Amino acid sequence: MRLEANSVFVEYRMSRSQQWLSALQDVNFVVGSGKFVSVVGPSGCGKTTLLNVIAGLQHPTRGEVFLDGQPIKGPGRNRAMVFQSAALMPWRTILRNVTYGLELQKYPEQRRLDIARDLIQLVGLDGFEESYPRELSGGMQQRVNLARALATSPEILLMDEPLAGLDAQMRELMQVEIQRIWLQTNKTTVYVTHLIDEAVFLADEVIALTARPGTVKTVLPINLPRPRSLELKKSPEFHRIQDQLWDLIEEEFKKLGEPGSERLL
Amino acid sequence: MNLPSQHFFSPRAIANFYHRYENTLLALAAVLVFLFLWELLPAIGLANPFFTSSPSRIVAAAGWLFAHGFWNDIFVSLEEFAIGMGLAILFSIPLGLLLGWYRRLNAMFEPFVTLFNAMPRVALIPLIILWLGIGTQSKVAAVFLGAFFPLVINVMAGVKTVDETLLKCARSFGATDRQVFKTLALPTCLPFLVAGMRLALGRGLVGVVVGEMLASTAGVGHMMTLASSSFQTDKMFVGLILLAGFGYVLTDLLKHLEKRFASWRS
Repeated sequence: MRLEANSVFVEYRMSRSQQWLSALQDVNFVVGSGKFVSVVGPSGCGKTTLLNVIAGLQHPTRGEVFLDGQPIKGPGRNRAMVFQSAALMPWRTILRNVTYGLELQKYPEQRRLDIARDLIQLVGLDGFEESYPRELSGGMQQRVNLARALATSPEILLMDEPLAGLDAQMRELMQVEIQRIWLQTNKTTVYVTHLIDEAVFLADEVIALTARPGTVKTVLPINLPRPRSLELKKSPEFHRIQDQLWDLIEEEFKKLGEPGSERLL
Repeated sequence: MNLPSQHFFSPRAIANFYHRYENTLLALAAVLVFLFLWELLPAIGLANPFFTSSPSRIVAAAGWLFAHGFWNDIFVSLEEFAIGMGLAILFSIPLGLLLGWYRRLNAMFEPFVTLFNAMPRVALIPLIILWLGIGTQSKVAAVFLGAFFPLVINVMAGVKTVDETLLKCARSFGATDRQVFKTLALPTCLPFLVAGMRLALGRGLVGVVVGEMLASTAGVGHMMTLASSSFQTDKMFVGLILLAGFGYVLTDLLKHLEKRFASWRS
């Protein structure tokens, strides 16, 4: 499924001062069907807002996002989200956490279980079906989070810094896992992160946003062969791309520090 | 053949046993000493059993009561209490969910909930008796009024703790309000409801006893008022001990229930 953002503006009205705050300004981009796109940018630049808009949880003030030419009106079965915090239900087993979306969308019981068991296997958690979230490590919980999103077989997967809570080593291993799962499922994916190496490692294209109000600063295609291994991160080619992106984002960080810039929150 | 018994009663085994059950043993000893003194003081003339009664007198009174229809009083009180509590739980869940969830409903009903909760609800019982008569219904209402508000307030507080990201997750799957209530709000509220039940049980017991004492034809509270008006201290103590024991057992059961819910959280 092809995703297209057409001059998207999002403005918030701040409850205390009643002032309008611009989160996204004239955002335009296209994500081709089956592509993995990473979105990077300084914190507070509206990355999560952008995902919420694509998910249909938030309406843009102006502009629209299209899925295969159809404007997004609200949440839909063709999209699913993976959250930064695993947000699992502590009172449900892993199996029943994975079936949650299917349950809400009224899939028949047996089908729910079949799908969930397959996905638990895909994310490498076989044997943990009847465990409870508190018995799992952070990395395992994020696997459940991913399986839950994949369960409703969305055509677009929206990932909001899913690895932010993990330690550095687990983070690297999970990057490889996400790539493996993506290669097997081939979903159009929008992946928000603030780590440049993670963005480059995973993506077909990196969209760099500017500081607030966020707008697309650059779109960088990553033409590295797949499947990519962690070894690739040591290659000169990888470093060149990473430096290039870092320079672009550094400019934005500098802007944030300037006096008089919109440095709110 | 002798070995096992030697083993069980060796000083070491006794010491082990003591350390293992120290708290229980100490509590038991204190209760036994108390009962002993309670029996002894009236017997040697240091206290007037007309006022203090004594364990042996209470046991005798209990024997007489159970032989003369006390079961019916207990049954009536239990029924009133159970129906009142059941209704309070049944109604507090939906109302608490709605008031906790919808800001405008909360704004409208919050004054009522706060006012009723702050009011000493036993003061309402004479009015309830006027409305519903001296039968079971007025006591059911008294229990309900006692138990309902602590439950509602706890459920309302529980709703507000629903995980924001989980809510976002449910919405992104296209969940309806009803589905969000059922799958997220309700399970999140359950531990709060159980915590509220501890308070509600006490308030409900006050409701049933005071109701029966004010106007009724049966029940444990009714028996106690009759006993009081005919100076039968022993019988009043039977009622007191029964009520205390009942409250104790229920609170203990709730503790176990709370532990089960607490195990969700790491």
